[in-house]
Amino acid sequence: MADAVEELRALARDLLSKGAVQVFVGYGAGSVANRTIPLIITSADRAGELVWNKHCLNNLAVYLTRQEVLKRGKVAVVLKGCDARAVTGLLQETQIPRERVVLVGMACDGMGEPLLEMCRHCDVHTPAAPGGDAHRLACDHVIGTATAANAAPDDEAAFADVAKIEAMSPAQRWAFWQEQFSRCVRCYACRQVCPLCYCKRCAVEKNEPQWIASSAHEAGNFAWHMIRAMHLAGRCVACGACERACPQHIPLTLLSKKMAKSVAAHFKYRAGTDPTAAPAVKTFDSSDDNSFFR
Amino acid sequence: MDQEPQSEQTSGTGVWQPKVIAFVCNWCTYAGADLAGTSRLKYDANIRVIRLPCTGRIDPLFVIKAFERGADGVLVSGCHPGDCHYNTGNYHARRRWTLFRELLEFVGVDLRRVQFAWVSAAEGAKWAEVVNAMVQHVRELGPFDGYHIMLAHSGQTEWLKTMAAKGGNGSGVPGTLPVSPREAKEEGGVTDGRRC
Repeated sequence: MADAVEELRALARDLLSKGAVQVFVGYGAGSVANRTIPLIITSADRAGELVWNKHCLNNLAVYLTRQEVLKRGKVAVVLKGCDARAVTGLLQETQIPRERVVLVGMACDGMGEPLLEMCRHCDVHTPAAPGGDAHRLACDHVIGTATAANAAPDDEAAFADVAKIEAMSPAQRWAFWQEQFSRCVRCYACRQVCPLCYCKRCAVEKNEPQWIASSAHEAGNFAWHMIRAMHLAGRCVACGACERACPQHIPLTLLSKKMAKSVAAHFKYRAGTDPTAAPAVKTFDSSDDNSFFR
Repeated sequence: MDQEPQSEQTSGTGVWQPKVIAFVCNWCTYAGADLAGTSRLKYDANIRVIRLPCTGRIDPLFVIKAFERGADGVLVSGCHPGDCHYNTGNYHARRRWTLFRELLEFVGVDLRRVQFAWVSAAEGAKWAEVVNAMVQHVRELGPFDGYHIMLAHSGQTEWLKTMAAKGGNGSGVPGTLPVSPREAKEEGGVTDGRRC
């Protein structure tokens, strides 16, 4: 990892000093140990402030749709394999011009101490390098080699928590989610950190009519979380940023994983894997499941 | 509302009547419902039809909104696959509904409350059947108490009143409401003071 951080700094220094990019988005040391912050630098002199360690949790792909970053010119961004899936989604949805961004993939053995649960089921420890499979997003630079083995993409253990909820009775599920949603304070941190929640005007801010009550009461919270899950269905790449950002510890990834499971089961699609594929809810098949229609 | 809570939902008979909202497309199901009417077919009057251009226009938000306004069930109906006036609207809608109903099921909504149908302009009789079956399902399920309680706790006082008037919900004590998860945590009493 020490080699990787030097390689990363050297790359940032090189890209910025040559003018190949105007902005470099990476991780910087946090104010406390075991924390990192997103670090956005515009000069090669600050490349030494970049860090790479077990605590680089943020999904920096979120900055690729931010005008305040993009307006500076070409942007380089540090991505883990999971974050690169989010960039794949953004490219599929034509949200970023590929030539405006330089993708710096970091090989990653999993984040967090102890290791995050989602990292145990990771199948993208090393982002793809240029010249490989056309059906996988190639980063412009890949730093390091992961030692952890990739999990199978259809690893059922990754959905064990979803299965646990599914096994409950409807009344139990209702009670469970009522309790979870009742805690929501509607800070929208889940939306702000999500690389795929890029709408200039969110549905929750539309107030003529007010579709989703903006107060943090149960009915408004229910509507918000249902619509958030729907808007991310077939798009969420399960980076877990929303859940980590949630100050109320609402298990948001449960909802998105449930949707990912349904999308896989019905449409044989997995978000953020193939930049050439049509997103699941953008397309259709005349042979899609019709069984629930009378 | 103050004088006679839920007057609409008791039809003056004192017997609870389900309220079912139908979101239908303009080109097939609405015309089908029209045909049912001109054919003098009798079907349950518990349905309120909302016409939209296409099933592709029916946002999941509409379903949520219907429940927020007190619906006990929602029916979504449009053109058969291949018959869409806009060629593909119903195909796109079908993908969305496939996911939305699984999401609703996941959070504990009984899927008999949210049903889907394809009813063509020629299927007036099918429309009557679909509506009768839907209303029957919702009648069996009873009022959507879970949602109504949630609304009451969210400061929707009308619902608080009607629920209280009905004699509570499974708590066995007339005039009381189950405590919301948040209030239970705060160990406070039930209030209707929280406004939107």
